[in-house]
Amino acid sequence: MNLYVPIAVLALIAFGFAMFSLVASTLAGPKRFNRAKSEAYECGIEPTPQPVGGGRFPVKYYLTAMLFIVFDIEIIFLYPWAVTFDALGIFGLVEMVLFIVAVLVAYLYVWRRGGLEWE
Amino acid sequence: MNSQLLAQSAVQAPHIEYGQLAPMLIVFGLAIAGVLVEAFVPRRARSAVHAPLTLVGLAAAFVATVLQAGTHHVAAEGAVGVDGPTLFIQGTIIALAFVSSLLIAERRPDTSAFVSDAASVPGTQEERESLVAGDVQTEVYPLTMFAVGGMLLFPAANDLLTMFVALEVLSLPLYVLCGLARRRRLLSQEAAVKYFLLGAFSSAFFLYGIAMVYGFAGSIRLSEIALAVSHSGGNETLLLLGLALLGMGLLFKLGAVPFHSWKPDVYQGAPTPITALMGSCTVVAAFGALLRVLYVGFGGMQWDWRPFMWGIAILTMVIGAIVAITQADVKRMLAYSSIAHAGFVLTGVIASSSQGLSSTLFYLVAYGFTTVGAFAIVTLVRDAAGEANHLSRWAGLGRRSPLVAGIFAFFLLAFAGIPLTSGFTGKFAVFAAAVAGGATPLVIVGVLSSAVAAFFYVRVIVVMFFSDPNPDGPTVAAPSLLTGAAVAVGVAVTLVLGVLPQPALDLAANAAAGLFVR
Repeated sequence: MNLYVPIAVLALIAFGFAMFSLVASTLAGPKRFNRAKSEAYECGIEPTPQPVGGGRFPVKYYLTAMLFIVFDIEIIFLYPWAVTFDALGIFGLVEMVLFIVAVLVAYLYVWRRGGLEWE
Repeated sequence: MNSQLLAQSAVQAPHIEYGQLAPMLIVFGLAIAGVLVEAFVPRRARSAVHAPLTLVGLAAAFVATVLQAGTHHVAAEGAVGVDGPTLFIQGTIIALAFVSSLLIAERRPDTSAFVSDAASVPGTQEERESLVAGDVQTEVYPLTMFAVGGMLLFPAANDLLTMFVALEVLSLPLYVLCGLARRRRLLSQEAAVKYFLLGAFSSAFFLYGIAMVYGFAGSIRLSEIALAVSHSGGNETLLLLGLALLGMGLLFKLGAVPFHSWKPDVYQGAPTPITALMGSCTVVAAFGALLRVLYVGFGGMQWDWRPFMWGIAILTMVIGAIVAITQADVKRMLAYSSIAHAGFVLTGVIASSSQGLSSTLFYLVAYGFTTVGAFAIVTLVRDAAGEANHLSRWAGLGRRSPLVAGIFAFFLLAFAGIPLTSGFTGKFAVFAAAVAGGATPLVIVGVLSSAVAAFFYVRVIVVMFFSDPNPDGPTVAAPSLLTGAAVAVGVAVTLVLGVLPQPALDLAANAAAGLFVR
């Protein structure tokens, strides 16, 4: 049980600090509102204007993001394989080529279907 | 530091039995070939390439499965079990996927079940243009093959992480496939979103269960979990919690009450060939995985899980049969019937004996082929707006197309378990196994809910044959070679397993004799 005591203490401190910060900023902070301050916070940039009723907006980047994840995961498998290449030998090489071919097929599909064209 | 670590645990090249994994490798290879076809074959020719490729590939995978008969081995460094029951289940899944693929391949422009352009918003100009152009998206084939590959791995997985990966591989393509109906696209997309959200939720339960069981046993391999269970003296809370969460994930996939609420909506919204695939192959795969988890991993604590499985089996049979009575849509009715049947199969699972295993295997074959055949008939009864699924539209169908209505009536009688159909043999087998396993009360509930279920099956037959036809009622599309073949296979298997069940019963008993490999 003793193992969990530090975690519980840490959780208590975290909770206490969060409450303290909220209460302290409410009590101590100056309250001078202007137009910029009452807008939604979007990392400091101007909030994107939304057409009335939602509307549609392009999400072109999602394909790029998805492709990035696929190749990112490929790299995650390639590194350990490269480190243990000697031990795995031909077996590792063949399996890794098969894996890369499978990823390549997905890449070919995206390329042929125009997933790599921005416009 | 790093080199020391490496030296201590020298990496050994794993040994992979490619021959024993051949069925799965062939199906996944088909899926990848299908993606290449999508990438390089011109749009007009894609269907013509996909359909033969899929059918020949599935036939090859079936042969590869049969060639492995008699294997009793843990392959791929303990990740995959290849044994009698698994091979039987895999063969069943491949055969059912073959028949479903016949329905999927049905591609006349007026009767294709699949959307012309999935990305277009329903009811827009864009959608009308692609409809007029006669486009049909053919990604269905590789998606189906990925799903079938996952289904083959699911019951074979010998450790829980492999099982989870298989669960995801089979589920993710199905979520997409559900949303690809050509008609009633909003309903179809709603079904896909519901299935995705609930499925993701149940996967999370399953994963949490794996974590709990790992916390108890210190291993994710089923044989080592069984060892830890038999020597258990430690903290059983983790084990019980883990098993409960694992069970939820598995029971969700086969649609047992109270994890069934997705089934009617998804079966109704999905394109009917995909419903056929889900109603047969997915259910078989999920039962295979449930059998392996309960028999191999947790066989030593059956006194803990049995009462709960009893409760779930009773709830599933009773609620499935009773709620089906009020359904007015033929696909929803078949969905509730599928829920009730999941309950009947669970009585065989609970027997936890070799007899229970073999009767469950037989039931899954019998039920799978009848289901595919019934959904094949559903694709044939059409009006101007596509399939006419409302039961009132089926009134008097028996007078106008006696053959189609007669075959559908035959399938319904098989679902009801009338003698001389496979449904009777299957029910008799699981109930006999359950009685031998000491679950007589369960069997009594089973027989009573079969009687309730028989009522709504017969009601549909009465509607078809003894009411006056609508003047503007649906017409029966002339079955093409593919749909006709799917119906014929359904009828043949349902009849043969009902009249001459012994060879199939023997095959199931042989497959189950060695139980699962550990």
